[in-house]
Amino acid sequence: MAARVSLFVTCIIDQLFPQVGLAMADVLERLGYEIDFPEAQTCCGQPAYNSGYREEARQVARHFLDVFDGAEFIIVPSGSCTSMIRHHYEDLFRKEPARLEQARRIRDRIWEFSQFLLEVARVEDVGARFHAVATYHDSCHALRELKIKDGPRRLLARVRGLELREMDPPEECCGFGGTFSVKFPEVSGGMARTKIDAILRTGADTVISVDSSCLMQIEGAMRKAGHNVRALHLAEVLASR
Amino acid sequence: MSELPEQAIHAALADSRLQEAIYTATGRLVDKRKAVTSPEVLPDYQELRTQAHEIKKHTIENLDYYLELFERHLTANGGKLVWCRDGTEVADFILSLAKQRGARLIVKSKSMTTEEIELNERLEHHGLEAVETDLGEYILQLAHERPYHIVAPALHKTRYDVADIFTEKLGVQREVVIEQQTLIARRVLREKFLAADIGISGANFLVADSGSVAIVENEGNARLSTTAPKIHIAVAGIEKLIPRAQDLAVFLKLLGRSATGQPLTVYTSILSGPRRSTEVDGPDEFYVLLMDNGRTKLLADSQKRQSLYCIRCGACLNICPVYRKIGGHNYPWVYSGPIGAIITPQFHGVMDDPWLPFASSLCGACAEVCPVKIDLPQILLDLRAEVNKAKLREGKNRLEKLAFRLWAWLMQHPKLYEFAGASGAGLLGEEGRWLSQVPLAVGPVKAWLSERELPAPAPKSFRRLWRERRAGRGA
Repeated sequence: MAARVSLFVTCIIDQLFPQVGLAMADVLERLGYEIDFPEAQTCCGQPAYNSGYREEARQVARHFLDVFDGAEFIIVPSGSCTSMIRHHYEDLFRKEPARLEQARRIRDRIWEFSQFLLEVARVEDVGARFHAVATYHDSCHALRELKIKDGPRRLLARVRGLELREMDPPEECCGFGGTFSVKFPEVSGGMARTKIDAILRTGADTVISVDSSCLMQIEGAMRKAGHNVRALHLAEVLASR
Repeated sequence: MSELPEQAIHAALADSRLQEAIYTATGRLVDKRKAVTSPEVLPDYQELRTQAHEIKKHTIENLDYYLELFERHLTANGGKLVWCRDGTEVADFILSLAKQRGARLIVKSKSMTTEEIELNERLEHHGLEAVETDLGEYILQLAHERPYHIVAPALHKTRYDVADIFTEKLGVQREVVIEQQTLIARRVLREKFLAADIGISGANFLVADSGSVAIVENEGNARLSTTAPKIHIAVAGIEKLIPRAQDLAVFLKLLGRSATGQPLTVYTSILSGPRRSTEVDGPDEFYVLLMDNGRTKLLADSQKRQSLYCIRCGACLNICPVYRKIGGHNYPWVYSGPIGAIITPQFHGVMDDPWLPFASSLCGACAEVCPVKIDLPQILLDLRAEVNKAKLREGKNRLEKLAFRLWAWLMQHPKLYEFAGASGAGLLGEEGRWLSQVPLAVGPVKAWLSERELPAPAPKSFRRLWRERRAGRGA
């Protein structure tokens, strides 16, 4: 019997990149999962937390915990939002024992999309076909807070028609950083340019990541500079046939 | 209160020669550090980091005990400990000692602690000559600049810059070959070493159970500064303590590797008191000036006091994408980069430079390379919350607070959130379009568009598409 999984699509994907959420659902359905989308979901609270507004972040986090309280598997197409829930909710609810307990319970049930595929579904080849020369962008929170490094690369290695090239240096930040990108636009833009140079040096026509916020920064800056490299979420590539 | 140095940051970003200099120098240090800390070369690297963290944690949490232990052993060795509340007390002690001994010339080896209190300026103000003998520090002293980097103070200077400085300040012929430049500095500094009355150093570690000062360096100037003059004065922050001499085995393995990618620096000096009767070299008088200058304030916060674990390796600066863009001089204090961003607000108060904790994308690269595992991103997050609270107390930032309040309220009301999103999409969006401009763009939108295009809100949100998909399947 197929397991039931709950999607937390994140506010950015809900509002700006809904095709990413649909692609993730496609991949999971093909693997036989039954999909639940709790309609009351909104945001994980990270924008407020990272901006130093703890109380506002707590309010939104409580809402999240209530919406997803009963879910067995929560799958998120974002390393950053997953890490917020997995690592920072505990900090937020240090002084609220009941919520802290709830946050700890949810910590083991929340999965970033690629981690779920590899560690729970135990699949590397999802049967995807996608013709591109691509490079993979390590989003900082996925890489450093969730230790996601080889996973997406292993999944991409099984995509037919896809050639994967590594950036040098591979692990530098794209410069997004949430409100950092608008509080320090010039520094953030400079970081994006360094990232884009690394992408262009690979000769790739597509850049892939597990975080749409990084991709929004990278693609936005590339368009401004007139470069024609596609920015795609891992789910979009894996859903292609 | 300092404002964000927007113009200076803009200038640094626009200076392609400076950007190249920073990128080349920090890039080289990053690569070298990576090579000597790889699992193949140093299999126990991660364990060493954990050990270093634990030793520092233990020491900082028992600092009173180890400070006294250090004093006891130092005194037994014939050294003298001087407790200094701040830079003024440090300078006053040195000035009065110099007066008593009739000293005029001081040689200094590299010390961030003395940079922190602008010791040279204080001494020169009273007619003493204090000469920096570390090559990078010497270049900057001639150029009247503060260090650009904790470990590589003249990192932003190219050899052509150095040629100009030497020609102008030393009256020598223009010389652009680095080896020749070091010879010029060597010639000048050798005279100073031989004539100096006092040598001032910092300390990388203060060893409590032996009363020793440990100093690492590559040029030999610290060894000369601490042994040639009759008087040696080490100036150190109270957080430099480590319990036992054997703990050096952990820290020396980490410091050189993290700082310059060296398994060990060229010189490691462990100094335990003045020259003994059986010894040929060494000073007649040996002083350790232990300085607080705000450090005890940090001890009060159980979470953030880990900032005091720092061994000043500079690895977090080299890897930091923000430091690499804005450079060292755009940070408000002598401590730049991520470590500067977390200690400056704690020493000076968060309202001195309220923008500083926000000048980070929170990428976490700093924490990954920190040899003592300081959780820098978490401390930045905590400081952001403190800045916001302090601003609100002063009646500032009300608009931003209101915006986040409204946002949080909206996020707790899914129906309204959906309606607001759909309205935004209706106002702005066209399918598949990125916006290069938005009419009347203000605030964050304007800031975003200055560097990037903006994705228009999707015409239909995920939730709406999902509903349609379910309906289409008759689910």
